[in-house]
Amino acid sequence: MMEIGLPHYLVVSAVLFCLGILALATRRNAVLMLMGIEFILNSANLNLLAFSRYQGLNLEGHVFALFVIILAAAEAAVALAIVLHVYRMNNTVDADRIASLKE
Amino acid sequence: MELTILFYVFAALTIIPAFVVVFSRSLIYAAFSLLFTFLGVAGLYVLLSADFIAVAQIMVYIGGIMILLVFGVMLTKQATDVEISTGIMKTLPALIVVGFALGTLIMVLTGASWTQIGTIPQIEGTALELGELLMTTFVLPFEVAGILLLVAVMGAALIARKPKEVQS
Repeated sequence: MMEIGLPHYLVVSAVLFCLGILALATRRNAVLMLMGIEFILNSANLNLLAFSRYQGLNLEGHVFALFVIILAAAEAAVALAIVLHVYRMNNTVDADRIASLKE
Repeated sequence: MELTILFYVFAALTIIPAFVVVFSRSLIYAAFSLLFTFLGVAGLYVLLSADFIAVAQIMVYIGGIMILLVFGVMLTKQATDVEISTGIMKTLPALIVVGFALGTLIMVLTGASWTQIGTIPQIEGTALELGELLMTTFVLPFEVAGILLLVAVMGAALIARKPKEVQS
């Protein structure tokens, strides 16, 4: 087995990113699309931390990753509130069947 | 050697549940495999000597976002009968495009010759240095992030509440 290096982490992050894109592209349920977005944010974070580590533990990457986590929390809260509101209006969260923004 | 095995364990813990999220028919299974993906990513963070971020990941993602998503699933769906409309028409082109992108990414990432800058210092955790950075260099973004969180939570509460009955 070879030594674990930067490319290993980058490949894991790339796979996670592509799965997030796939979830966004194929899933029509709004909650599942949100999960895809979380995958993409997590893969970006993994990249930031991997590069930070292999640059002699540069902690500015960690600060950036922390802000990404903060933004992900805010995004999840607002997006789920919107999803709940859309569900109450249209009685579905299927992104293909939501056609109106206003009652 | 142990670190190598741990890396592969955490990578599998990240990737396999992610496949379940993308391809599972059941919304509840997807929501709960998300938990394992977040755990695996937290483990990878620990391997990258980012202990504080790993703890933040567990607390924010598993403790917060995960619960929110499960609530979202339960409030918007009859949890037992789940019909997810993904015809083969839409799945196949998406698979082709994403597979092509993934192949290109992996080819580029593994083909490049990465050189390590500097050596990895032996430090006892990152929380102290991270706290100092957040209170000195990054104090303005830190405060702005706090305000952003406050506003986002207020906005979420405002959007999600029941519409007020119109007085007539």
